[in-house]
Formats: sequence, structure tokens, C-alpha cells
Amino acid sequence: MDDANPISGASIPAIDRRFRLQWEAAQNAHVLLYPEGMIKLNTSAGEILKRCDGKATLADITASLEQSFGASGLSGDVFAFIAMAVEKKWVTLPS
Amino acid sequence: MGHVAVMNTQARVPGPPLWLLLELTYRCPLHCVFCYNPTDFTRTGPELSTEDWLRVLREARALGAVQLGLSGGEPLVRDDLELIVAEAHRLGFYINLITSGVGLSETRIAALKAAGLDHIQLSFQDSSKQMNDFLSSTRTFDLKSKVAALIKQYDYPMVLNVVLHRLNIDHVEEILNMADRLGAEYVELANTQYYGWAWHNRDQLMPSRAQVERAEAATKRFRERIGRPMQIYFVVPDYFERRPKPCMNGLGSIFLTVTPDGTALPCHAARMLPGLEFPNVRDSGVKHAWFDSSGFNRFRGDDWMKEPCRSCPEKARDFGGCRCQAFLMTGDAANADPVCDLSPHHHLVTEAVANAERPRPAQQPRPAEEKPLVFRTPANSATLFP
Repeated sequence: MDDANPISGASIPAIDRRFRLQWEAAQNAHVLLYPEGMIKLNTSAGEILKRCDGKATLADITASLEQSFGASGLSGDVFAFIAMAVEKKWVTLPS
Repeated sequence: MGHVAVMNTQARVPGPPLWLLLELTYRCPLHCVFCYNPTDFTRTGPELSTEDWLRVLREARALGAVQLGLSGGEPLVRDDLELIVAEAHRLGFYINLITSGVGLSETRIAALKAAGLDHIQLSFQDSSKQMNDFLSSTRTFDLKSKVAALIKQYDYPMVLNVVLHRLNIDHVEEILNMADRLGAEYVELANTQYYGWAWHNRDQLMPSRAQVERAEAATKRFRERIGRPMQIYFVVPDYFERRPKPCMNGLGSIFLTVTPDGTALPCHAARMLPGLEFPNVRDSGVKHAWFDSSGFNRFRGDDWMKEPCRSCPEKARDFGGCRCQAFLMTGDAANADPVCDLSPHHHLVTEAVANAERPRPAQQPRPAEEKPLVFRTPANSATLFP
């Protein structure tokens, strides 16, 4: 499946329909909700996933993160996280 | 010595009740022999009103609850279920409906979708119509199959739940094939936990070790050949283990149940635990129950533990197991769960398992001369458990 959808700056990631991403103030974290379960995300995972709206490209997402955090050269980390998120089926990359 | 209080785990402020389970009613059209509802459920007081349930949702959400289970009994018996779902959705809960499917018409499934229901867990009792209908003492197999199709049609993620025991565990492969045919995304093969009606029927429901091993092997083979994403949870029967389950992640840690009459409990079976205050949310609200009542505080942390748990290096992993199981089997809820082979009461578990090894028909309803299975009916509840 990964071979059919190689990750590139033009990829447009979206949260898989089986998950729901939301901010939980009580946990001070983004969480991914799914049937009878929850994954508590760390700050960077939450910041990446909340930008995966099915419209922004991975290049857009990386640029937005670099701007928000005053950083550069984040694309390697972002791509690696998205690859992991696709593997875990949190995220889909519609072609 | 100021940090002694900090080291005292009882003194820690509890985190939020992340998991809220509302048992909306004990009424149920099914009569399953393995139900974990209390056997004396007919003694329960009147059900909470719609407004009470909505208030429970608001109070629990304010404390940080986020996963919501709507269960029972059969929650579809409540005709205000759509109102409850709508309010829960507005508040930001992830909403799981745990249902037998009975009463889930197309009209209601569409209304629940519009109200914001996230997911449906549908129970089957077996892959065969005969055994499904026998175990639930109803004719519901065909109806459940229709409901499964509706769940797919309305694009809900579907968890198919089958409680496993001696009478159906040999059908695991057929059950998984059925789940695949029905398009389930998740399958829970939940070995019976022995509380409530299941405790009463334990001797007849306990599988043999060979049955459990065959079922695990069949699940493994199925996982290897299935060609699409399907998550299969095989919940191992704890009687066959040497260490207890980390029940509820520790009582009062993340889980909050409200029973049909409004009693707040740290797990759905905890009402049996003696000497504890389980407040009614009608009187005092959810926050008081979670933070201030002995029912939730008694087994928080590990100060309550006795040996062998108290000095055990594994106590932070399994929290001493299940308090209800310790109470049911040993008479003292502060004892180690006897599933643990370090417990001085472990023989009670091994004897129950050994009892399941004696030869008898595995797949058929038991011969009439043996102790009968007791079905979960209001009549049985009222006469056998007054």
C-alpha cells in the first residue's frame, strides 16, 4: 500500500475515517479517538495531525509547522511521522 | 518528612474519568446466560430521567470524560437514546453504542447518525443461528444479521462482539468468517468474565484449556490469511493465566459507570463490594462520586494492598487484579486476585479450571440432569436472587 502511495511533498494526508482527532483540555493534549479507544498524542504529533485536513499538501504542512515554531528543516521529521501514521492507519494518503 | 505525603499514592489527585459508561437500563429483550449485569437487577430502583442523564453527561465531560459507552441492558429500549446521543455529541464525547441490535430499525439508525453517534458495537452470541438463539433465549440471529447490514449502510465503524465460553468457543473460525462477511472493522472475541449471571453459570460456561488453545490458534490462522484491515481482539480468559488482568487500570483510575438508577460505580460489577459508599448522581453529582466517595477512593493507589501484592514488583502493572473477583472468590476485596499464582487462594482458580476438564459434551447444551444454565430473565432475577 505504501508503494502505491509514496510520500512526497505533494501528498495530501487526511485523518482516517475510523479515527477522530480532537483537543482535550483535561489532558492538555490532542487525542485520536476510535471505537472504545484513545491515543494521547505528544505535542509534535498533535501539531502535525491537526494540519492533516485532506486539503493541505505535506509541503504546506511542513511550511506551516516551520512558520509556527520558528524552525527550519523539519521535513524529514514530518515525513517520518506521516509514514508511521500511515503504517498505523491513523492517516490516509488519497491519490 | 514532608514528602511522605507526596509518596502516599492515596493522596495523589486522581486524573479524569476518561471512560464513562452509562448503563441506561437493565431492561433487555435478550436473556444471555453470560451477562455481567447483577443477578438481582430487578431490585434496582427507577431509571434516571432524560434530564438526569443529560446532567451526568455534562458533569462527567467537565471532569474530562471523553469516551462514552451507552449500554445496559439494551440501551435501545430507552426512547430518549437519540436525545442522549445528541447532547453527548454536542459536548464532544466519542460515542459508542453497545447493543444487541434488537430495536435498531433503519429509522433509529439514521436518527442516531444524525445525532452524532460515532460507532456501534453489535453482539452476536455465535455464528450459528441455533446456538445464538439458544444462548440468548431469543430468536434474534436473523435480525442481528440485518442490523449488521444497516450499520455498514450507514457507514458506522462496526465492532462485532462475541462473548466466548464452553458452548461456542469451538466456533471461533466460523465466527471470524461471519465477521468478515458482515464487514466488521473490529472483532472482539471476549472470553467470559465471571461476574453476575456468568458467575452463577460458571461451571457450565468454563471452557477446557484445549478449547482455549484451539481458539487462539484459529484466531492466529485467520489473522494471517485475512486480506483487509480487520482488528481482532482476543481477550484471554484470565482463569487460564498466572497473573491477573490490570482490571479497570486500577479502580477509580479512568473508569466511571453509572447504573440505570443513578449509582456511580468504579466498574460495572463494583456494587457487590461491601462497606463502600457508592453515591447516587441524583443526590450528589458526578464530581463528588469521583473525588470524594469511599467507593472510588478505597482502592486507589496501593496503600490498601495486602501481601503478596504489597511488596510485589508487579503491583504497578496489574494493580493486584480485579477487586470484584477477589471478593467473589475469597470474601475479601483487598486480597490479591486469585488468578495470580502468588495468591494463597490461587487453588480456587485452578480447581475451577480443572473442573472444566472433566469429560462432557463440549458444543451442545448440557444434558438436563446436570445443573441447568440460568437465563438472565426478570423472573429468574426475582425468584433466585430476591
